[in-house]
Amino acid sequence: MEKQYLKTIGSPSLEELKNSPAFPTEEDYKKGPIAVIECIEEIPCNPCETSCFKGAIVVGKPITNLPQIDFQKCVGCGICVAACPGLAIYIKDYTYAEEEALISFPYEYLPLPKVGDIVTLAGRRGEEICEGKVTKINNTKVNNHTVVLSVSFPKNNFLEVITMKRL
Amino acid sequence: MNNNGLIVVIGAGPAGLSAAIEAAKVGAKVIVIDENEKPGGQLFKQIHKFFGSKEHKAGTRGIEIGVQLLEETAKLNIEVWLNTEVCGIENNREIWVIRDKKQSVSLKADKIILATGAIENAVVFPGWTLPGVVGAGAAQTMINISRVLPGKKVLMLGSGNVGVIVSYQLLQAGAEVVAIVEASPRLGGYGVHTAKVCRAGVPFYTSHTISKVIGETKVEAAEIVKLDGNWKPIPGTEKVLEVDTVCLATGLNPLTELAWIAGCKFHYIPELGGHLPIHNRAMETTVEGIYVAGDISGIEEASTAMEEGRLAGINGAASLGLIEEIEREKLTQEVWDRLDALRCGQFGQKRKDAKDRLLAVEKEVV
Repeated sequence: MEKQYLKTIGSPSLEELKNSPAFPTEEDYKKGPIAVIECIEEIPCNPCETSCFKGAIVVGKPITNLPQIDFQKCVGCGICVAACPGLAIYIKDYTYAEEEALISFPYEYLPLPKVGDIVTLAGRRGEEICEGKVTKINNTKVNNHTVVLSVSFPKNNFLEVITMKRL
Repeated sequence: MNNNGLIVVIGAGPAGLSAAIEAAKVGAKVIVIDENEKPGGQLFKQIHKFFGSKEHKAGTRGIEIGVQLLEETAKLNIEVWLNTEVCGIENNREIWVIRDKKQSVSLKADKIILATGAIENAVVFPGWTLPGVVGAGAAQTMINISRVLPGKKVLMLGSGNVGVIVSYQLLQAGAEVVAIVEASPRLGGYGVHTAKVCRAGVPFYTSHTISKVIGETKVEAAEIVKLDGNWKPIPGTEKVLEVDTVCLATGLNPLTELAWIAGCKFHYIPELGGHLPIHNRAMETTVEGIYVAGDISGIEEASTAMEEGRLAGINGAASLGLIEEIEREKLTQEVWDRLDALRCGQFGQKRKDAKDRLLAVEKEVV
């Protein structure tokens, strides 16, 4: 049952994610901001690979391969976040502050929050997890209308938080 | 009207425009006919970023691909007849059309490319005729083209890519999606799409279907019911959801009438949407000089439709002597390589296998 989460509930379970080639380990999170790719089905798609300046993400051929990521090369720049057509990538930084982590996730709803706003952060099933503070709103042209929001939040919710509740 | 070396493309969606562009690039005279008042087919309501690789314009929103195709069409001076319905195709590729619902015109084509697309399937249940029950594609047209919300509380029937993409866009447009209901025990669409609506708080009901829609003059609620292993409703599991709109995302059916009229031979392939005109790798049907591309040759997606359109355009133009055989083979193979890249993996392989069956039938028939 747990293994079938994505195809029954709609979102992947942590177990499904941990079994996928791109999901970071605890060790990987300790090095700083890194891209987290929640793409565990073989679909024909590779903009994550072609957008990455560091060559950290590899899909290869066929383009239905699951993405792989080299966390030694990934610097968490975030270019892949808006490039992913599936909105399946975010940046997480466990080292952001003593008590707080930072997430930068894709967001395609209006209205947008403002920098400094307190927002409610949510998990993979839309469940409310905790509050966070918006630190940055990236809506540059290259994003092509996929806004990337950066929000700081308490570290003890590190793995669960992936997005925010719509305003 | 008499034209030498004329290619008539019927349907100005992604497949038809791509076909017209490839043929016009090498100097063919091309007329594109579409019954709608605007070209682009369904591309202009696809506000999401497409999958694929760079060659497939991955990461580009459908609406932008539509703009690019129209720009190329204009640059190549391709004639586009809008508000024009094709009513008949005679044996000698004589096409009868009605322009602007008043003028009857017939034109003789040397090659015809049918890129007529598909129509949404409906499912029936008590209350399905009530206002507020709409096709998912219709709801998508309303929100993304007409900028009108079909309703505020929506139930989506069907969890394939159309169901989940339109659900996401309904959320973006400001509606609440109360439930996505799926008869199968497993969700149909790409996991990244289901995950997107799931984290927005939309619940999925697998092994469920709509038993009835409740309302006097419009949709006021929908009753869903759980299905057993044999797809039979389990009494006592009914649940009423308060909604004002029910969207049907229950598959598509190829629009093949013109291919039937033209005398094309058909083969039944349920995975691709039903009866399909048999065609070869050049997209030519069993009627010489008539080609198909896009959903009419099997329900897929815009990315594959554009590639099939290119195949038909290249091969139609080549058969008029506008492309050398060596070049035709090279170009055709390049498109097939891109198609094969899209038709693999756990979703694409089934479509590739089904398409291969259709191509195999062609070899037997011809």
